[in-house]
Amino acid sequence: MRGPSIAHIVLVIAMLATVPLLTASSVVLNFLIVALLIALVGQGWNVLGGYGGQYSFGHAAFFGTGAYVTAILQMRYGINAWPAFALGIAGGALVGAAIGALTFRSGLKGSYFALVTLAFAEVLRWLVAVRENEDAAKAVGVDTVRVKLVAMTISAAITAAGGGFYVQYFLYIDSGIAYGPWISIEALLAPIVGGIGTVFGPLIGAVVVKTLGELTKLITGDAPGLDLVIYGGVLVLIVAFAPHGITSLLAALRIRFARLRPSASEGTHV
Amino acid sequence: MLSPVILVPAILNGLLTGAVYGLIALGLTLIYGVLHIINFAHGALLTAAMFAAFFAHRWLGLDPYLAAIVLTPLFFALGYCLQRFVIGPAAHGEDRNILLVTLGLAVVIENALLYAFGADTRTLNLDYAFNVVDLGIAFLALPRVIGFGVVLVVALVLWLILSLTDTGKAIRAVAKEKLGAELSGIDVGHIYAVTFGLGTACLAIAACLLIPTYYVNPHIGNAFVLIAFTIVVLGGMGSVTGALVGGLFIGVVESLCGLYLGESLGQIGIFVMFILVLLFRPSGLLGERA
Repeated sequence: MRGPSIAHIVLVIAMLATVPLLTASSVVLNFLIVALLIALVGQGWNVLGGYGGQYSFGHAAFFGTGAYVTAILQMRYGINAWPAFALGIAGGALVGAAIGALTFRSGLKGSYFALVTLAFAEVLRWLVAVRENEDAAKAVGVDTVRVKLVAMTISAAITAAGGGFYVQYFLYIDSGIAYGPWISIEALLAPIVGGIGTVFGPLIGAVVVKTLGELTKLITGDAPGLDLVIYGGVLVLIVAFAPHGITSLLAALRIRFARLRPSASEGTHV
Repeated sequence: MLSPVILVPAILNGLLTGAVYGLIALGLTLIYGVLHIINFAHGALLTAAMFAAFFAHRWLGLDPYLAAIVLTPLFFALGYCLQRFVIGPAAHGEDRNILLVTLGLAVVIENALLYAFGADTRTLNLDYAFNVVDLGIAFLALPRVIGFGVVLVVALVLWLILSLTDTGKAIRAVAKEKLGAELSGIDVGHIYAVTFGLGTACLAIAACLLIPTYYVNPHIGNAFVLIAFTIVVLGGMGSVTGALVGGLFIGVVESLCGLYLGESLGQIGIFVMFILVLLFRPSGLLGERA
């Protein structure tokens, strides 16, 4: 798969980094932060789903672990945010490696893999919910198997970083947010909408999906469920009509333009 | 250890609940056996069926058991159309895409119900809901006994359809050898849709059996469908008998876990068993091939 050059990536990061200098609007910044968070989690899913070829329906397992490890280390043990964040990532990676080792050794793939990841995320949700007794809402004051396993661990680590970042930003976590199906769905929606197995796919997908979500809220008020109805619909439509995502649509357009241009210049020569 | 006075009713109640689990799993395994996909929209469709049964009584005064007669063909048609006009065309014949499309449908259905009816939990108040059958050793709730009987009848009817009718024979042919069936003139797209319709119709019946003693909210289907996944994997993906036997087994396990460990731990027990079976016996305890 042909990726963009390092220069491209640096350019996009530099452009995003200038946004806080240009605007102090909390609406704009909040939107971008949430979109980038989803892009990060989506990129985590993309490492496994796009490059590893295994579709996980339970990335909440890693997001939640990253979030909870970071929060608990900070709150209960008074550990500084940065090492807590790093340990949160390590915790998520560990969970990823453990689930990966179990599933890939058993040769699970395709539907079975989607099912087992979903089940793991659900078990973690139940365990945390039971342990924290539901009202645990917390404010944080302050070879191929091996290749797949590596992909799974990296994927889990990136997603756990998303979880750790979530806690730092929203200062709140509970079992439903941490291990709930919403984050598993957002994690796969961003890369699928943007383009599976591409570097910028999750970023483009996250921005598009979040824009749709915000527009829905603007038009209908804060009706529960409606934004997710749109997300589900977008998922079906993208799979049906643009199975390689928005980036491939853009690439197709560019090729069409590139074909038009030389033929036009030839015309002037003759 | 507990005495038989507590144990026997727990086992019998587990069997009664397990029969309905088995029916939900039957729909799932039927679709898997023929289309070779896991239908992630199964839970959301069950939720939709439970809402339909609920409002059939609330708005039209229809008793759930009568509603089943109307809802079963309706949900057959819904399932047929979903497969024929949405899932089939959208998936371009790729398994991964089918996973994503059924997941997308699940998200749409579940949240559309949330949007329309809110997150409230609703229950029907039926005068016979608390009637019991006295077996001498145990009192059993009447709606659950009826449910058990209906599931057995449905399973028998389904078996007759599959083994005696032309469509049933075509379904089994497609399940066994898709290409061969296609070459001998069977319309595979139609058979896929019929199978999906049958699986969805099972949900309508299950919903009508559940609603007299259970509650409904937009997320209710998920709890049942994870149990159904467990049963399907346990009984062997695509095995109809496996689904029924697995259903009864899981019903008893859940009932006994609830008795010994408490409600919430009983549910974790099912998930843990699900993961263990997936990891170590993905072909199922009764599965024929790996």
